[in-house]
Amino acid sequence: MIGKKKVSVQILIVIILILGVIWAGFPILWMFLNSFKPNAEIFAWPPTWISENFSFDAYKAIFSNPEQVRFFVNSYVIAGLVVIVTLIVGIMASYAFSRFNFPGKGLINTIIVSVQAVPPITLLIPYISLIVTLRLYNTYGALILTYLVFTLPYCILMTTGYFNTLPKELDEAVMIDGGSRWKALWKILVPTAIPGLVSVGMYTFMQAWNEYLFALALTKTNDMRTVPVGINLLMGQHAYEWNQMMAMSVLGSLPILVLFLFFQKYFIAGMTAGSVKN
Amino acid sequence: MNQTAGKGKKDILKRQATPYVYLLPTVVLMFILLVIPILMVIRYSFYDNVIINKNPVFVGLQNYKAVLSDPNFLVAIRNTLFFVIVSIIAHLIIGMVFALVLNTRYLGDKTKGIFRVIYALPWMFTASVIAILWRMMLNPNGVINYLITSMNLVNDNISFLASRDIALKAVTLINIWSGYPFYMISILAGLQGISTDLYEASALDGANAVQTYFRITVPQLKPILISLLMLDFVWTLQQFALIWMTTGGGPVNATETISTYIYKQGFTKYQYSMASTGAVILLIVCTIIGIFYVRQQRSGD
Repeated sequence: MIGKKKVSVQILIVIILILGVIWAGFPILWMFLNSFKPNAEIFAWPPTWISENFSFDAYKAIFSNPEQVRFFVNSYVIAGLVVIVTLIVGIMASYAFSRFNFPGKGLINTIIVSVQAVPPITLLIPYISLIVTLRLYNTYGALILTYLVFTLPYCILMTTGYFNTLPKELDEAVMIDGGSRWKALWKILVPTAIPGLVSVGMYTFMQAWNEYLFALALTKTNDMRTVPVGINLLMGQHAYEWNQMMAMSVLGSLPILVLFLFFQKYFIAGMTAGSVKN
Repeated sequence: MNQTAGKGKKDILKRQATPYVYLLPTVVLMFILLVIPILMVIRYSFYDNVIINKNPVFVGLQNYKAVLSDPNFLVAIRNTLFFVIVSIIAHLIIGMVFALVLNTRYLGDKTKGIFRVIYALPWMFTASVIAILWRMMLNPNGVINYLITSMNLVNDNISFLASRDIALKAVTLINIWSGYPFYMISILAGLQGISTDLYEASALDGANAVQTYFRITVPQLKPILISLLMLDFVWTLQQFALIWMTTGGGPVNATETISTYIYKQGFTKYQYSMASTGAVILLIVCTIIGIFYVRQQRSGD
């Protein structure tokens, strides 16, 4: 009886595994396959798996169009700068949270935690006036600045957690030797916390790379558009170049996919930070 | 004597000021990016057409009356509730099933690793990629229509995203696909944190798998599940990009949600007061859930 039951459980698991692969993987496989087809074949009936006219034409079209290459440049520059600023400002704040007790700590902490609940669309309307007032409308600055509202709190929560696991003696040793707190933070604490900071940096990069709403509303000209907004522009301009849109989707997803595949452990640490407490 | 005492005081003062120095950039940024904008949007909601009008007039609760009696807003609330509730329940079920399968002892670590990567994939894609991909697949001539017609499930091709009856369900399906990995990964981390002693004790008591699941696994996961549901509720409530790029709230208002309603009021109709009012209502709902979330996180400490 027990043997039979075990077999049926195993069969159930195999069925779920297969259904799961189709459910999760097929749309993504379809995206890759369609990026190598001629546009006319996208809606072929019956659909083709691998086209007889397999080609990299869609990718070539993207790379030979300076306007579309620009979307990628913009996204890399913006996401990269957001990561740098977030880490510098976030590490400083995390040091304060981890190593000091001070009046107002609870309040500032509550504000930082509560940002997760603030809808981006609520902030967008005042941001329009704010960004115009700061003369940042349609610039990298508009996006880098506004992305910090979501990347920074996340960075602080995670980094404070990492710093808390490092013994205080570590940075105090530097200060006994006559070093400053500043030196203790950047020369000792930060290098020790590198694995954690890699997770934070990657998650920040992903947040910035994937952002759509602010990028849509706070930039205007095509030379300032990021990849998520740019993909959508391909839909309006020409008559639905599906193969190019798929190629751009693949290219636009590549940085995140590469990060995920190579640094899976760090990535997962970032994903679970909000809900799982160790 | 006096000098050292003075120096001591100075040191204490310096010591007390230090955390604030380190926090200064964060506090300034959060003030500019969070506190001021929220006060601004609340203020906007009590004035007549702000931003466009140079001298807006205080109108009290008139905007709230207008928004809450706007049939489009009421439709948006209904659609949003459907979208959110169906999404989070489906996320929980799918995430739980995958996590349990990936945690069984029947699979080797390598196999588990490969399947975990595949199942987590949808989480890696940005909303515009997901939107375009599913628009292509759900096209009347697309691959999903091919599958269901060749299996004789339907006779005619369906325009999933252009039909008033189906569009909301289709958009919800897309959101389910893109969001479950977050649950799966978090639940998996939770499952791995449950002590094997508990399971051994349960096995000694003669409990079967289902009993063990409900007596040990679910209670142990409860804090994680509550956090997940609350976070996801808030995020799904705010979902804009996916809906905007698949249906734009249409056809007519079949997939209009609170976010698309606010965006249209603000950025296509230039009714910034109405948009601000909708945005404040959304903020209030999210804040209430946020308070529960913070309490939940605190009680875990």
